[in-house]
Amino acid sequence: MELFTNQVLAGIATGAIYACMALAVVMIYQAIDHLNFAQGEMAMFSTFMAWQMMQWGVPYWAAFVITLVLSFVGGIVIERLLFKPLAKAPILTNVAGFIALFAIVNSVAGLIWDFTIKQFPTPFGSAPFLGSQLISTHQAGMIGVTLLLLALLFFFFRFTRIGLAMRAAATLPESARLVGINTSWMIALGWGMAAAIGSIAGMLIAPVVFLEPNMMGGVLIYGFAAAVLGGLSSPLGAVIGGFLVGIFENLVGTYIPGAGNELKLPIALALIVIVLVVKPSGLFGHTVIKRV
Amino acid sequence: MTAMLDIKDLRAYYGQVQALHGLEFHLSEGSMTTLLGANGAGKTTTLRAICNMVRSTGTIAFEGKSLSGKSTENIVRLGIAHVPQGRGTFTTMTVEENLQLGAISRSDKASIVSDIERMYDHFPVLKQRHTQQAGTLSGGEQQMLAVARALMLRPRLMLLDEPSFGLAPLIVRDLFKILGKINRDDKVTILVVEQNAQLALELADTAYVIETGRIVMSGSAKDIANNEDVRKSYLGY
Repeated sequence: MELFTNQVLAGIATGAIYACMALAVVMIYQAIDHLNFAQGEMAMFSTFMAWQMMQWGVPYWAAFVITLVLSFVGGIVIERLLFKPLAKAPILTNVAGFIALFAIVNSVAGLIWDFTIKQFPTPFGSAPFLGSQLISTHQAGMIGVTLLLLALLFFFFRFTRIGLAMRAAATLPESARLVGINTSWMIALGWGMAAAIGSIAGMLIAPVVFLEPNMMGGVLIYGFAAAVLGGLSSPLGAVIGGFLVGIFENLVGTYIPGAGNELKLPIALALIVIVLVVKPSGLFGHTVIKRV
Repeated sequence: MTAMLDIKDLRAYYGQVQALHGLEFHLSEGSMTTLLGANGAGKTTTLRAICNMVRSTGTIAFEGKSLSGKSTENIVRLGIAHVPQGRGTFTTMTVEENLQLGAISRSDKASIVSDIERMYDHFPVLKQRHTQQAGTLSGGEQQMLAVARALMLRPRLMLLDEPSFGLAPLIVRDLFKILGKINRDDKVTILVVEQNAQLALELADTAYVIETGRIVMSGSAKDIANNEDVRKSYLGY
């Protein structure tokens, strides 16, 4: 029993990474109805920017905030330059755009900062949390930040006018325009927020997986799995999905012989497929009925 | 009287198909005008063209200023509220959120709150259900909500696309009574597209008849209602 509890705890700790990434995934999906395959690379790039600033002697929290702002602006710029012209294009064109963005951001990061792994500091320290060897203070801090983000997002979408306008633009663009909402800018704003959330995810993940241009590859797939499991239309679902995926991954690794580290990634992919077959709207998403 | 909305040589296209063929009409300020016509005559297209939701040529002037080249949201912000066919309700949001969305382009917070209260006076049923998801309302209630949402803009001109569609006759009467009141008391100019010609003609002061993308008849609602052809084609007696 103790083994089980410990594995669940460890799962929650890893799950925080996925939850954070899944939040960013859901943000973009809400705004544009597509999964952004370059989300992880954007987060990685943001993290590198923070790292660079710290190399130049900027203190951690200052670098954190500046990175947040730069990522927000960067997300908007990417949308305006690259994806606004594709707004009416078929899905596959958009997917090609995401993959192009993925390759470009990855290569540019490699070009500037090369592919050797780098240490990224944590503001929370890495001592055992409350005496538990399974959760470090960094992981506890990460869980805290994820939950705080979730609360802020909830407040933003529920109680602010701009949040209301963004929800309206995402659910019913034509009606949104008819009440005077500039839906095009709402999408840009969604990109900016997703990029900013992604940068937080990146900066929190980097101390665990180490900083290098390919650090987000696996994490993003788990992030997708978490978002799909929780329901792509629900930020709360994404976070819970993230923790569930983390727990699931750990339990499978412990109790199913042979499913060690090598088979962890296929497990995430299998989870995506199973959820899409059994309950496509996820645990917390609402089914969208489209009129044809 | 000056024309609040003046439309000249309006042509609209869906891809290669032309739906309006040089439509001309105008609305006087404070009037209640109805646009009659059979299915496919171009009534909805006319409303959509006013709000730049369909590709069109020609001139549309609102209070003397041309609307051409303006985006839908900027046209709406000039004070033109459009209640679309199918009502355009934000079904996953609450009734109150729908009303707030109607006023999203306004910045006068205090009067938005009092306007919501005013809407609840107009439509008491909305007050009872203000925390409910709009999708759970009945058709009639959703239509009331759509009208209330449009009024939250404090529009100068309101365009309504088939407000009676799918509603029980009694509810339609209620709705039209409220529209008349809004027209008189709030001085909102109204253009209503209707298939329920009889009711629309009772309520409106001016009427246009549209056939295959052209205005074929215009006049006071009374004259149009007494016209032999209109009676045979649209009123059924």
